[in-house]
Amino acid sequence: MSHTDAPPRQPARPSKSAGDERLLHRSLARRLMGRPELGSVVGAIAVFLFFSIAAEPFLRASSLSTVLYASSTIGIMAVPVALLMIGGEFDLSAGVMVVSSALISSMFSYQMTANTWVGVGVSLVVTLAFGVLNGLLLTRTKLPSFVITLGTFFMLTGLNLGFTKLISGTVSTKSIADMEGFNSARALFASHLTIGNVDIQITIVWWIVLVAVATWILLRTRVGNWIFAVGGNADAARAVGVPVTKTKIGLYMGVALAAWISGQHLLFSYDAIQSGDGVGNEFLYIIAAAVGGCLMTGGFGSAIGAAVGAFIFGMTSKGIVYAQWNPDWYKFFLGAMLLLATLLNAWVRKRAEATS
Amino acid sequence: MCAVLAAVLGASLAGCSSTGGKRAEDARAAQAAGGKAAVNTPRWTFAMVTHSGDGDTFWDIVQNGAQQAAVKDNIKFVYAHDKEAQRQSQLVQSYIDQKVDGLIVSLAKPDAMKDVVLKAEKAGIPVITVNSGAEESKAFGALSHIGQDETVAGEAVGEELNKRGKKKALCVLHEQGNVGHEQRCDGAKQTFKGDLQKLYVDGTNMPDVQASIESKLQADPSIDAVVTLGAPFAPTAVKAREQAGSKAEVDTFDLNAQVAAGLKDGSLGFAVDQQPYLQGYEAVDLLWLYKYNSDVLGGGKPVLTGPQVITKKDADALQDYTKRGTR
Repeated sequence: MSHTDAPPRQPARPSKSAGDERLLHRSLARRLMGRPELGSVVGAIAVFLFFSIAAEPFLRASSLSTVLYASSTIGIMAVPVALLMIGGEFDLSAGVMVVSSALISSMFSYQMTANTWVGVGVSLVVTLAFGVLNGLLLTRTKLPSFVITLGTFFMLTGLNLGFTKLISGTVSTKSIADMEGFNSARALFASHLTIGNVDIQITIVWWIVLVAVATWILLRTRVGNWIFAVGGNADAARAVGVPVTKTKIGLYMGVALAAWISGQHLLFSYDAIQSGDGVGNEFLYIIAAAVGGCLMTGGFGSAIGAAVGAFIFGMTSKGIVYAQWNPDWYKFFLGAMLLLATLLNAWVRKRAEATS
Repeated sequence: MCAVLAAVLGASLAGCSSTGGKRAEDARAAQAAGGKAAVNTPRWTFAMVTHSGDGDTFWDIVQNGAQQAAVKDNIKFVYAHDKEAQRQSQLVQSYIDQKVDGLIVSLAKPDAMKDVVLKAEKAGIPVITVNSGAEESKAFGALSHIGQDETVAGEAVGEELNKRGKKKALCVLHEQGNVGHEQRCDGAKQTFKGDLQKLYVDGTNMPDVQASIESKLQADPSIDAVVTLGAPFAPTAVKAREQAGSKAEVDTFDLNAQVAAGLKDGSLGFAVDQQPYLQGYEAVDLLWLYKYNSDVLGGGKPVLTGPQVITKKDADALQDYTKRGTR
């Protein structure tokens, strides 16, 4: 939403050459300075050092794997949410969509007495449809995404409860742990690998893969340029031939896809799903993306930054527990740490911009 | 159902499960009771307004109890809930406006509910309080209070932990600022001879609950008991214990199918049930008794529905009831 119709600020830099400006050679230091996640990386290091000193158990391998798990459950969603924010939009329905996705596959498998993989597949289709719906509503009505997704947020919350109660008779789903296909699905979505004596939750693998794919899309594909363009200035982007509608619908489908992965993790990790869960988590995803350097106004940010943001949140929320501080003040500490990390982030970026 | 699906999609494509699922439930079922009224008193309307959040398992069971008593007593039962005290009182007001014949309310935030409960009595509507508000119930003019004293329930947990020789317990609160939750932990602290610590977790975010308990157990390996305040969090605590490589016993307040299964297979130590079904059932039944016969139970003292300590030996019998949503 900048006022110029210049090309997006990131990754493209103004250049006089007619070729692809991304191919121009720049020194490594300068390239690092220009990265949106630079500040958040410094923030993450600061938080890490802080808890390494303040909390004795924090540095153990088992603790780090717990912190990474907590970060990954936010991080998986923060990736597409960051892309969406770069594209200039919000999704407030992302938190409950995760639970919707889990409910759909659980209830479909159970009620149809189907192999759990069938439920997983149906859930993927329906969840992607939610994404398409969000995108279509947004591009057709031209209303702000805040309003559109607030509407779908409430609708999904109601549907989650209403359908679960209608179909299961109670507000949580029945356990599907004894059904065929459960174990193989659990292996994919909710298992953990042991490397050495460190336990790695599979969500961490999903997270890394998603960050890598999103980074590749953003920096190495045409779609990536479209995302930066629609977030920078949608009208200008449309004028130069960027398919704005398609890009935005695609971004919402990306959120839906990650919601599906997270939802399946929830389901296969805990067997039964509470239909009221997920409310409020959408903010955690937005927080992770924002702490990681994505601009709230669009056009600037990165997937790696969102991952670092999720990691800062994971470290902070669990570090406070490791430090064994008085739990009454938990939320205060959490807020203060996040604020400090973000301030450091902003300060570092300002310095980097001044010197680059 | 799966047969139909198989016919439509082709058997292999439909991928039916031969284990678990709806078909297994139907085979198991043989649900009792046809749902007929047992009395021929007029069809009164009773309304229930609670402070439940959306999709709360506990209140779902309360509602089930109330509904089944309503069927039996030939009552039209209506229900509404809102976790914000102000909106809860507005809901009560709307039922007063509709001139219902009896009201059941929970007093999680008594001060906010006081005016509207007094208004109901002024309008000649008998009120019974359930679950929370034992101290205020009488002062507000309610007929009876049906519920569990949270402090007493907490004390029962502390005693049970002593009996099991526990030294250091963790009390996991899934809603920061919930008075009842604090009372439970404080009650446990009073009777528990060892050390009891609190841990606040984000109740609507299960992976976060798991990671938080995990990190606490890693930070303090001497913890030998984890007490969750709601049934859905007990299996999560078990996972956290496994991940953290801790030997702590997991115990919980309240009951559901997963907890019953956990008690049975030994992954959970014990559960303290306040029998939510009874809270709904008795509230409707006592209102009916009052309308029919001017009967009042409790003599101004709360009628307690718990705590009932449930262990492995009770789990078998309760498992079927948890599955149908009445325990």
